Amino acid sequence: MTLVVSLKHAFDGFTLDAQFTAPVGLTALFGPSGSGKTTVINAIAGLLRPSHGRIVVEDRVLFDSTQRINVPVARREIGYVFQDARLFPHMSVARNLAYGGQHNAGQVVRMLGLESVLDRRPARLSGGERQRVALGRALMRNPRILLLDEPLSALDAPRKAEIMPYLERLRDATDVPILYVSHDVSEVARLANHIVLLDQGQVRLSGPIDDVLSSTVAAPYFGSGEAGAVITGRVVGYDGDDQLTAVTISKGRLMLPGDLGPVGTLVRVRVPAQEVILSLHRPTGMSALNVIEAQITGLGQEHGSGVAVGLQSGNDRLLARVTRRSAAAMGLATGMTVFALIKATAVPAHDVTTGGTGRDQMARR
Amino acid sequence: MHGMVSRGSLWMADFLGPEEWAAVWLSLKVAFWATLISLPFGVVVAMMLARGRFWGRGLLNIVVHLPLVMPPVVTGYLLLLGFGRSGPLGQAFESLFGLIFAFRWTGAALAAAIMGFPLMVRAIRLGLESVDCNLEQAAATLGATRLRVFTTITLPLILSSVVVGAVLGFAKAMGEFGATITFVSNIPGQTQTIPLAIDLLLEVPGGEPLALRLAVVSVAIAMGALAISELLSRRLRGGGL
Repeated sequence: MTLVVSLKHAFDGFTLDAQFTAPVGLTALFGPSGSGKTTVINAIAGLLRPSHGRIVVEDRVLFDSTQRINVPVARREIGYVFQDARLFPHMSVARNLAYGGQHNAGQVVRMLGLESVLDRRPARLSGGERQRVALGRALMRNPRILLLDEPLSALDAPRKAEIMPYLERLRDATDVPILYVSHDVSEVARLANHIVLLDQGQVRLSGPIDDVLSSTVAAPYFGSGEAGAVITGRVVGYDGDDQLTAVTISKGRLMLPGDLGPVGTLVRVRVPAQEVILSLHRPTGMSALNVIEAQITGLGQEHGSGVAVGLQSGNDRLLARVTRRSAAAMGLATGMTVFALIKATAVPAHDVTTGGTGRDQMARR
Repeated sequence: MHGMVSRGSLWMADFLGPEEWAAVWLSLKVAFWATLISLPFGVVVAMMLARGRFWGRGLLNIVVHLPLVMPPVVTGYLLLLGFGRSGPLGQAFESLFGLIFAFRWTGAALAAAIMGFPLMVRAIRLGLESVDCNLEQAAATLGATRLRVFTTITLPLILSSVVVGAVLGFAKAMGEFGATITFVSNIPGQTQTIPLAIDLLLEVPGGEPLALRLAVVSVAIAMGALAISELLSRRLRGGGL
């Protein structure tokens, strides 16, 4: 199933003009607040009527301004998970879950780990549990598309970490397109297969997540501290004394902190562009453990003093962020061979994903 | 058991005369039906005022509140003109449902319902305005029709306000005087509710002790109604649905 969206809507001096396609898997609708993300998702849900456009899920037209089609919210067969969960306070968890349908009830309850809270009222749930119930309620409706509006933004880091695996499992288990609104890069990098970059009501860039994350054009939208490409590798060994895992990537090897699983485990690592140092020669006598030989694929201007440098090493892509002065001094240009240095400790633990999901994502592309 | 009941009835017969007891039962009957029949309308009008976006909403608001601000005698007189046996609405009800209001207890119930209506609507509307519309939106995304959203989300969430509105309407109906006496007169056993009976007793020499006893009954009923409403809304809030 695929979601095809084309929208034009003007309000309060703001114009939304967005076209994109969301295939099976998780598509992140990414952008700063005020970029029109929630407007898009509400238009798909039917909670907002755009002035022009067309919204199609697979072969079903939900909205078409020229054909005057506007399917009411209740008949759009969507699953909407709101930022604030919106559970019905006067119903138990079980009744909340069953409100929109009973599709795969047992399986959904098990997948989301809700067995023990079924009799509780929403008021007696934690924030994380509330979002899991909201997700389960949307799933049991058997939707043709799932809309998630910043479902984690109201949660603290530990609660986020608690829900993340459920979302990953859901993404890999379902063949329903998931549209996931977020402004958190690391969340998006970990969960999304595709990304739509929205800025001031317009789609700036969209495509497979690894392409967009490693693009020098997209880097400014993620912010200088947040931009960073994702590398996929496979565990080849763990050094218990130094507590480092060795991961092979397409050309070379990375040492990453912590035990990332048995040999053969697929690992996805988001390397912050900020933490990548470039060198013209293979460096010696320094503390950085990871040195990757790569070719420069492009240079992108950023706001301020920075330059985003796109790199290719075998099948892996990297993004580095250096000052404009360094770029000029080193004479960086497309096609040059450089050495990228990455500090092992620069990769935050929550930006490492392990398990079979890496393979699924690659297979899907 | 039997002895207690008859002792109780004896005590009751001593406390008030048959005409006064008739006024008490009539008041309860009038207030009960006035509340029961007007409650669904109260909910609908409160919905229209709280959520509706239609032309004439301001006018509806004024009309609903008129009985609260108009002299009750005027309301009663207008009822007489409209719902009397020769009034257009009175004739319509008589030919359609065989329902006659003029000088009957049904007329007393109508007057009581109209007078209590603004209080009822205000209470329910307050409840509606405190309901999070986002919950109704969420229900719609889950496939619920507007009717299902109302019965499963909105109504349960405003139930305690509906109870409060019903009790206010009931209390108003129990105490209604001006509109009732103007519309359906003061006929013992037919339209003579507690306030009308008290009014009559106060005009009769030596009637004051009985009037006082009626007043005591009236206070007891009012307190009972309040206690029941308090109990109900606490049960509802506690989630014992």
